[in-house]
Amino acid sequence: MRVVARAGAPAGAPGLQQRAFDVASIRRDFPILERHVYGQPLVYLDNAATAQKPRAVIDAISNFYLVSNANIHRGVHRLSEEATGAYEGARAAVRRFLNAREAREIVFVRGATEAINLVAQAYARPLLRPDDEIVVSILEHHSNFVPWKMAAEATGARLRVVPMTDAGELRLDEYERLLSDRTRLVAIGHVSNALGTVNPVAEIVRLAHARGVPVLVDGAQAAPHMRVDVQALDCDFYAFSGHKTFGPTGIGVLYGKAELMDPMPPWQGGGDMISSVTLDEVRYAALPAKFEAGTPDIAGAVGLAAAIEYLEGIDRDAASAHEAALARYAEKRLSEIAGVTVLGRAAQKAGIVSFVMSAAHPHDIGTVLDREGVAIRTGHHCCQPLMHRLGVPATARASFAFYNTFEEADRLAAAVARVKEMFG
Amino acid sequence: MSDLRELYQEVILDHHRRPRHFGPLPGANHHAEGLNPLCGDHLTVHVDVEDGVIKDVSFEGAGCAISRASASLMTDAVKGKRVEEAEEMLEEFRQMITSGADGPVEAGLGKLGVLCGVREYPSRVKCASLAWHTLHAALESETETVTVTTE
Ligand SMILES: Cc1ncc(COP(=O)(O)O)c(C=O)c1O
Repeated sequence: MRVVARAGAPAGAPGLQQRAFDVASIRRDFPILERHVYGQPLVYLDNAATAQKPRAVIDAISNFYLVSNANIHRGVHRLSEEATGAYEGARAAVRRFLNAREAREIVFVRGATEAINLVAQAYARPLLRPDDEIVVSILEHHSNFVPWKMAAEATGARLRVVPMTDAGELRLDEYERLLSDRTRLVAIGHVSNALGTVNPVAEIVRLAHARGVPVLVDGAQAAPHMRVDVQALDCDFYAFSGHKTFGPTGIGVLYGKAELMDPMPPWQGGGDMISSVTLDEVRYAALPAKFEAGTPDIAGAVGLAAAIEYLEGIDRDAASAHEAALARYAEKRLSEIAGVTVLGRAAQKAGIVSFVMSAAHPHDIGTVLDREGVAIRTGHHCCQPLMHRLGVPATARASFAFYNTFEEADRLAAAVARVKEMFG
Repeated sequence: MSDLRELYQEVILDHHRRPRHFGPLPGANHHAEGLNPLCGDHLTVHVDVEDGVIKDVSFEGAGCAISRASASLMTDAVKGKRVEEAEEMLEEFRQMITSGADGPVEAGLGKLGVLCGVREYPSRVKCASLAWHTLHAALESETETVTVTTE
């Protein structure tokens, strides 16, 4: 049976036309999906590592270099003005994408990793005193764990880790107990890249704010796959990567509330982040330039804006529903194969399926699937504390995007059945 | 599937399912721990060296079929050999798995030749070499356990 994701109102709602999510037409926008590997049509299920790019993004980047390439904020000439316009236009697009209050709350960085490091260096480090605490969770990607560990080690502060249930859901009761008058910051992922758990971020923020604690949300796996409204979440910082959001590599975003980012010192010095420099004194530029030292990834920002415009052109709720339906279908098909265990059974789950097999190590699963044309990720997914918690060295992970199909989920299951056949 | 069968030959699957010399080695005087940070795999190699001869050897740990089979085949191959001979095999093995698809397979490698299939899988070469790097580190170490990584 094929499940077709439906957009809009729940089934049976009167007067509302239901519309199938048109995957076939979406796929035509992504040229790479026509590729074959080892003689088979590519089944790309490694979207959590990086997503494929629609032609609109590829064209926007190449047009920028073909037509408008110049450095920004520095030239009086026409091309520089165009480039500056495109770069600041991209900032406006990101503001809209996250529903931030102001464009100056959007800082361009290299990716989610750099966004988190910026906050760890420029916000947490100057603030932290010995015995202060930062709260993270067991689900975090290393990039939302190691920067805090580094800040803690440099200042004598401590990390406290929110545990999870066996299903992969954060223990909110434990989280509340961890919040104390020593807590200086909560840093939590929106969606787990390893298990797909969607964390109740608005509730996490509410509980922290009740104690005056600011919250950073690592949105690397959420921004590509669901609508994000930073004002509704009321988080203080939000980080995501362009390349996972159907845009190019090398560009990412830190959103921060102006009232938190205004007093923060810069973290890198150089051109474009100053208002004046004399031999005796440097005055820093205002937001967001203060945090964008040097020539940024201008073409990357242009590509990210094209990706955002692409997402604005599709029904995003239907896209999320389609991804989740694919993942639940894949889970069901995989669970029918003897010896396969799906890890992570959270009630709120995105389009990610992590699994292990009793007969084969994830690395071997990955190699066999690759030869079947199915690209997945295997390993610890930069989540070693979580792997320890789960008691596995690694998992195999299939991660879906809205351009994936139920036929591709079937090919995943067929390839895993081959693994079973080979390894017994 | 046919080329996959070249990687996962029956001998490899057999050593994966029933690894030889697997477990602790009482009386061993050289130890090393090997890590593959890429996949989180780790294994420990214990060696009992007397008068320059590898009297006994064993390994422990978790890993994929390639790394487990490679470790198991290695213990079979080096047991009873002189340390210099084992180091020579390491070098020949390294050359075999890093040479191009049509590279030579030293006859001296014997059964280890079944691992030549990894040449076609660049992302798996480190799985096959982990045990050997760890053995090398163990042989060089004096008393305490040293840690090597494939990075
Ligand atoms: C949850 C999560 N956070 C952060 C990152 C880091 O993203 P990037 O490597 O693009 O900086 C990733 C990427 O894998 C991720 O999945």
